[in-house]
Amino acid sequence: MATPTAVPTLDPTTIDQFTPDAMAGVRSFPAPPEIQGAIGFAPELSEGWEARAIARMGELLQENRALRVFLDACVHCGACTDKCHYYLGTKDPKNMPVARQELLRSVYRRYFTFAGKWFPKLVGARDLTRDVLDEWYSYFYQCSECRRCSLFCPYGIDTAEITMAAREILNHIGYGQKYTSEIIGKVHRIGNNLGLTAPALRNTLEGLEEELKEETGLDIRFPLDEAGAEVLLVTPSADFFAEPHIYSLIGYAKVFHAAGISWTLSTKASEAGNFGLFIGNHQQMRKIAHRIRDAALDLGVKRVVVGECGHAWRVAYSFWNTLIGVGSGADPDDRYGHLLQKQLDHRYKQPSHICEVTWDLLQRGAIQVDPEANDHLTVTYHDSCNVARGSRMGDTPDGAFEIPRAIIRKVANRFVEMDPATIRERTFCCGGGGGLLTDDLLDVRIKGAAPRMAALREVVETHKVNFMATICAICKAQFTKVLPAYGFKMGMVGGVHQLVSNAIRLGQNG
Amino acid sequence: MATIEVAGKTIEVDEEGYLTNLSDWDEEVAAELAKKEGIDMTENHWEVVNFLREYYEEYQVAPPIRVLTKAIAKKLGPEKGNSDYLYELFPYGPAKQACKIAGLPKPTGCV
Repeated sequence: MATPTAVPTLDPTTIDQFTPDAMAGVRSFPAPPEIQGAIGFAPELSEGWEARAIARMGELLQENRALRVFLDACVHCGACTDKCHYYLGTKDPKNMPVARQELLRSVYRRYFTFAGKWFPKLVGARDLTRDVLDEWYSYFYQCSECRRCSLFCPYGIDTAEITMAAREILNHIGYGQKYTSEIIGKVHRIGNNLGLTAPALRNTLEGLEEELKEETGLDIRFPLDEAGAEVLLVTPSADFFAEPHIYSLIGYAKVFHAAGISWTLSTKASEAGNFGLFIGNHQQMRKIAHRIRDAALDLGVKRVVVGECGHAWRVAYSFWNTLIGVGSGADPDDRYGHLLQKQLDHRYKQPSHICEVTWDLLQRGAIQVDPEANDHLTVTYHDSCNVARGSRMGDTPDGAFEIPRAIIRKVANRFVEMDPATIRERTFCCGGGGGLLTDDLLDVRIKGAAPRMAALREVVETHKVNFMATICAICKAQFTKVLPAYGFKMGMVGGVHQLVSNAIRLGQNG
Repeated sequence: MATIEVAGKTIEVDEEGYLTNLSDWDEEVAAELAKKEGIDMTENHWEVVNFLREYYEEYQVAPPIRVLTKAIAKKLGPEKGNSDYLYELFPYGPAKQACKIAGLPKPTGCV
């Protein structure tokens, strides 16, 4: 193992304490040529990369006019500086969002603005050198694209778009990150981020059915590839593989069972996650999303429901309509998009989040719960960044905050909020989002978790909170890993549907 | 490419210490990989490692944690069929550390 991380002390942070270049050496493993090449990127950096990088930047500026605005609009006011969990946790000034963006912005000015072309020194414009490129690689993988800084930006600059653009340029010229590129390759090859083969998936689901039969005496099903089911559930593959994720999967199955809704999982679409978002590559994002459309068409389902996965819900809610035609918005010449739109039942939201499904059933009395089943828990809720700042739920603007909380209040008697400055739209990232959930970045992940850990500690001390619920597979895996570094038990984190699973009435329902 | 030395043989591993070629694995290699992780292999460790390899052979992927805990419960008794026990054996996490010692590829994704 690498050098142990100096775990932040969780003392109140002041902005004037910083350590220049504290994280300069941090670099996740670059993708080897075969991994990079397999997903259509240049296998490695080769002669002429500088020109190719600048050309790609030019294309991005053409394709994405918002990017140019974001690059031009910043006045370096500094409102974002102390809003980033990675800055707060690492104290490296280049992790101040404004400084991280400046790494790209300074190169943009050099090649794309009048002043930067003619008077580079005067406007702090920089040539794209290998050192600059390495700096990009280091610091743009110390950003989880959580967009908390954007919330505080008076110009509304979407800083994540800048990180995504930098990563897209890096990938384009053959300097990709192993973690994200390897996973994208696996999704295309096998169907999910984990590389769970169809037989392994089937075996796992059959095992769960047997287990629940023993436990409850009921035939609670985990159907796979069942054509004609009403619902296609698309969930992160971690739900099949890891703890605590699997407890939420069990929760979804119990909800469908109790409500009498026929549902299925799909081997082809055995992954909700879409790492194409993280690397800012639209072709990948579309290609990954297409698997879900294919599965929905093949299986003839009426509804597409997304499990507990933060960025998947952002992609589903915000982009699936135009990417693959779930909901509305498919291009006029997108035949399959229109086919799918006709096939889906539009009395339901398309797509729906599993929390929307469960909350609707709870409200209608279609499922019943015994909240006493969670009386051993005092629960708090961690809003996941992509749900909080990249999507909605329900019919009101605050649905993405209120619906998960409403479910928790219904299934558990003791619920406590963390510091208001750290929840809802102001939530702190878990520290592992956006393509950083890899062992080689554990140091950054532990440090980046500090603001959330400080808020958690407060409610643990004052209210004896012993369970932090969340609806994101990355948050769950990240907290499982970093909670012990802050003296908490890893089992303190789990899904909202883990709580539902404990409390739901099965069998003679109603 | 990084390598490790085992019984006079040079064996390729990736940046994170996972075997590059799964066929290079044998018990001596496993013991060396475990040593690098700071783990003293006991019979209980071997039970886990051997199960991982059997499962991998059949399914071409590491087993989900629940499949692993159930298998261990069957072999070593129900009190050991839980992830706490597995974390005692493999403190960095059974999925990754035990896979590394078993010579399997690293599980990737949101785990």
